[in-house]
Amino acid sequence: METRKKVVEVKDLRINFKTYAGLVQAVRGVNFELYEGETLAIVGESGSGKSVTSNALMKLIPQPPGIYASGEILFDGKDLVKLTEKQMTKIRGNDIAMIFQDPMTSLNPTMKVGRQITEVILQHRSMPKAEAKQKAIQLIDQVGIPFPEKRYNQYPHEFSGGMRQRIVIAIALAADPKLLIADEPTTALDVTIQAQILELMKEIQKTSKTSIIFITHDLGVVANVADRVAVMYAGQIVEYGTVNDIFYNPKHPYTWGLLGSMPDLDNDAEELLHTIPGSPPDLTHPPKGDAFAARNEFAMAIDYEQEPPMFQVSDTHFAKTWLLHPDAPDVAIPEIVAKRIRTFAEKEAQYND
Amino acid sequence: MINYILKRLMYILLALFVIVTVTFFLMRLAPGSPFANERNFPPQIEEKLNETYGLNNPWYIQYKDYLIDTATFNFGESMKYKARSTNDMIAESFPVSLTLGIEAMLLAIGFGVLIGVISALYHNKFPDYLATSIAVLGISVPSFILAGLMQYFLAYKLDIFPTAGWNGFIYSILPALAIAFSHAGFIAKLTRSSMLEQNSSDYVKMARAKGLGKWTVVFRHTLRNALLPVVTYLGPLTAGVVTGSFIVEQIFAVPGLGKHFVQSITNRDYTVIMGTTVFYSIILLFAVFIVDILYSIIDPRIKLKGAKK
Repeated sequence: METRKKVVEVKDLRINFKTYAGLVQAVRGVNFELYEGETLAIVGESGSGKSVTSNALMKLIPQPPGIYASGEILFDGKDLVKLTEKQMTKIRGNDIAMIFQDPMTSLNPTMKVGRQITEVILQHRSMPKAEAKQKAIQLIDQVGIPFPEKRYNQYPHEFSGGMRQRIVIAIALAADPKLLIADEPTTALDVTIQAQILELMKEIQKTSKTSIIFITHDLGVVANVADRVAVMYAGQIVEYGTVNDIFYNPKHPYTWGLLGSMPDLDNDAEELLHTIPGSPPDLTHPPKGDAFAARNEFAMAIDYEQEPPMFQVSDTHFAKTWLLHPDAPDVAIPEIVAKRIRTFAEKEAQYND
Repeated sequence: MINYILKRLMYILLALFVIVTVTFFLMRLAPGSPFANERNFPPQIEEKLNETYGLNNPWYIQYKDYLIDTATFNFGESMKYKARSTNDMIAESFPVSLTLGIEAMLLAIGFGVLIGVISALYHNKFPDYLATSIAVLGISVPSFILAGLMQYFLAYKLDIFPTAGWNGFIYSILPALAIAFSHAGFIAKLTRSSMLEQNSSDYVKMARAKGLGKWTVVFRHTLRNALLPVVTYLGPLTAGVVTGSFIVEQIFAVPGLGKHFVQSITNRDYTVIMGTTVFYSIILLFAVFIVDILYSIIDPRIKLKGAKK
């Protein structure tokens, strides 16, 4: 465990966007690291900065309006923030690949899918076209699409949504990347296909040892794929830990809120779905103190005054809330979340039996 | 595909019939006659002329004659110019207009698409403002002003090009530029907005995430998708340009087809009006037809109706 290779380390990343309304601080000091073969899930609601963070890793943020205000993105020890556009093109698609949210729009409608795959191979590897074609057909086969030779010569509109996402995954895998960033890869798909795609990604990770950053707002997906979880809120990571830490021992009130608002088949039909009141803060003027304070039923006076530091809960578990301060009053987890956690535990016990 | 083409050819014939009919009745409605502005004829001579050209017949006989003439592409002799058939006039002047038109179209498409791509790539930066200004200038400056300016500066002052006439390639450059400039402006504006629309789509981001360079993404991915609206515009435009421009051909003394469209009407030269109209209609209808076929080549999602897979 200890000797695992660190693939990515993000230190104090800050990204701003210049808009007519002012400077939007989309990402405000994000730190995380990722080891070889590991899956990190970044969870958060819309506008929490999770997609910006993932695009920032690929340096796909258009500049302007985007500004890399501070921080480092160390990939294999190299700081990506400092690289030129030209140096980045050698990394994109080659060392770091990305899977996009909507497979209906992320493939070029006027290019045969085979060529969209070989394009990546030919860009990063010097090999004859025929060999690239063989590799592409093999990839199409690997992502579980039948008749790969025939499919190679088809256009995206001849594929279904799930099949297209498989092609997108094949494109991402084409150059054997060390890091795969999946930006909500299952959001646009229906549940059955979602499960298939997740299975596929897990299988790929097993065989290729790729590290995966999995962006999602679906906690069900997180439990399924992730090793570690980072919960993002208002451009910051507010809680960070292993899947078990986050699901069985959540510490941040925002994580409680997220877990509490998960729809569940076992829910009592009479019971209203729990929600987090209010809406995320305007990041042109981030609030003083804890950004979550205004929506937090456990907020204390200090939450409105001073931003909490990251408190360490265990070796692997960190949370950014004043509730963890030794002087803070003991706050019990809300009953609805506690109940959820009990169900998780029961289900897992059943599953293990 | 064959079915589709046959069906479209039927529609073209139908459209031609409607055009010929409407043109015929419009000609009837317009007052005057081919011989009206000649020296005062004695009435007997005018009577004789009308009889020779069949203008005394009742309208349905004339209509029938016209339809037969059109169907056989035999439009008869010009009523204005002695001993010149309409077909000869078109055959003589169309190649000139066609050469000039193709040259102008190549210039317009080349510059238009290039300027459009540049301004989309540098959206809201200096090259975009410069390119857009040139495009707007191209659209708003009338071709005869541009033609006059070019004649004065490039031909008369600097003596790089001949001022006017039609005597080889060098003579065609200025008129081709004069025709191409405003069309290039339109094409540039179209390309720009269409490119911008494509640039915000996911597959372009995906292409960047593959590690492709900026220009590779444009030429391999974006341009083909962005050109569809441009191609739509190109069909009718090409038809208009290759059949000649009255103004530019007049200014540069180019013996093209353009002047016949205008002069035949002021002269009430019925046979020539009919000939040029049918000729232009055929070219226009086929241009639109070709554009429709091009669609299916550019965008594989477009399936031609009646086409077999």
